[in-house]
Amino acid sequence: MAGKTINENKFMEIKMKEFLLIFRTDFKNTPDSSPEEIQATNKRWMDWIGGIAAQNKLFDKGNRLANNGRVIRANKSVIDGPYTEIKESIGGYIIIKVESYNEAVDIGKGCPIFNVGGNVEIREISKS
Amino acid sequence: MPAQELIPHLFRTEYRKIVSVLCRHFGFDQIETAEDIASDTFLTAAETWGLKGVPQNPVAWLYHVAKNKAKNHLHRKILYQDKIVPEIQNTNSEIYVDEIDLSPQNINDSQLQMMFAICNPSISTEAQIGLSLRILCGFGIEEIADAFLTSKETINKRLFRAKEKLRQEKIRIELPLPSEIDERLETILRTIYLLFNEGYYSLSQNETLRRDLCLEAMRLCHMLVENKGTNKPQVNALLSLMCFHASRFDARIDKNGKLILYEDQDVGLWDSDLIRKGEYFLNCSASGDKVSKYHIEAAIAYWQTKKEDSKEKWESILQLYNQLLLIEYSPVAALNRTYALSKANSKEEAIIEAEKLNLEDYPFYFTLLGELYTGIDIIKAREYFLKALSLVKTQTDKNAVQKK
Repeated sequence: MAGKTINENKFMEIKMKEFLLIFRTDFKNTPDSSPEEIQATNKRWMDWIGGIAAQNKLFDKGNRLANNGRVIRANKSVIDGPYTEIKESIGGYIIIKVESYNEAVDIGKGCPIFNVGGNVEIREISKS
Repeated sequence: MPAQELIPHLFRTEYRKIVSVLCRHFGFDQIETAEDIASDTFLTAAETWGLKGVPQNPVAWLYHVAKNKAKNHLHRKILYQDKIVPEIQNTNSEIYVDEIDLSPQNINDSQLQMMFAICNPSISTEAQIGLSLRILCGFGIEEIADAFLTSKETINKRLFRAKEKLRQEKIRIELPLPSEIDERLETILRTIYLLFNEGYYSLSQNETLRRDLCLEAMRLCHMLVENKGTNKPQVNALLSLMCFHASRFDARIDKNGKLILYEDQDVGLWDSDLIRKGEYFLNCSASGDKVSKYHIEAAIAYWQTKKEDSKEKWESILQLYNQLLLIEYSPVAALNRTYALSKANSKEEAIIEAEKLNLEDYPFYFTLLGELYTGIDIIKAREYFLKALSLVKTQTDKNAVQKK
């Protein structure tokens, strides 16, 4: 219980900001994985997110997104899949709470999405 | 068993039953009266048994005396009311008195309901634990003060204020609605777990008292498992977790009361019966669709009952800690997760992660760093262990760090 107090104090001192981390990659052209590879990928993600949580910097563990989807265009026409015009699509997101963009970038660099040629977009969540 | 040994023992087991039943009968606002009658019953027992010897059935004797005292109390109350307000109608007062029901079923129901009444979010957790120890576990004020490392006055004040608050809130002795059970159980489970931890990690030097705290916590949880309405997956998970931890009672303390670290424990002293019980309740907890933190902690505790290191063991523990941290952050979980990372992945990776943890206020943070640097950089390892040693407060912790 003593630990909790310490952390509460830290929150009082430092103003934390929330950042959304969006993971994108070309999921369509990712080769099929064996069960072992899937397990290894899951472990990398869990270890990465667990590491953020262990620093008490995870605000929302976010979600993984399914590969398919719908896009509604300006003229209200509906198309299948988010990746008809762009190759990459969003695979998931998390929200972290850190002091600065620098810190958010440092955390983002550890993301396993880079192993499959993806990228991470970081956006501060606007509070105003 | 002679009276002077029997009475404290019976106090522990019977006090709460008498208080719960009477309190249910009188209403929660009369809790002090219920406590007084129960205490008075034990006082009478001490006086009578000392002179005339212990009766054949001491428990029945206690119930009988408690019933009579309750009856007398109600009679006095009625008489008093009669004199002051002569026009008052005491309908059925006699029947009311006779209804005090000390049957096993009513005792169980009353205790369970008392648990819900005490573990109420309107009072602080410390107050909940204090009241639970006093009313549900029959602990003396001095023992409670000892467990919390504070004075009797502080405990008395805390309990008094807590009861006052519960009275203001018009708490009733009853089970919550089925739709509310899960939410209310959360408070109860947290109180039970804190009670257990209070014993398991207590700073108090009184070893018997500490073990009693753990056993009482398990007993309360058992009561919830035995009742249909409260026999929920998360309750079984918590009980499983406590069984696993408690299985190491005999192995973790040496003859001089010093803590023996996990890796130095004699596995032969682990209680295999409790481990089996833990496994049983862990299986019972595997239903429903919600994974509580107790489920995860029980699963970690399960792996800890396997002493030998294996890739599978540490990988499982690491993933469980990852999951636990996603549910709820705690510095202890963060430290343990990093240790598991060193075992499952590598010390080098764990060092990088450990240095991000920001837990410099924690002596065990430095123990962890010392541990991680052992075999990599002996000078740094030594530095960290010394730093940890300068930060720990209790002798038990000092011994543990020194050993490293």
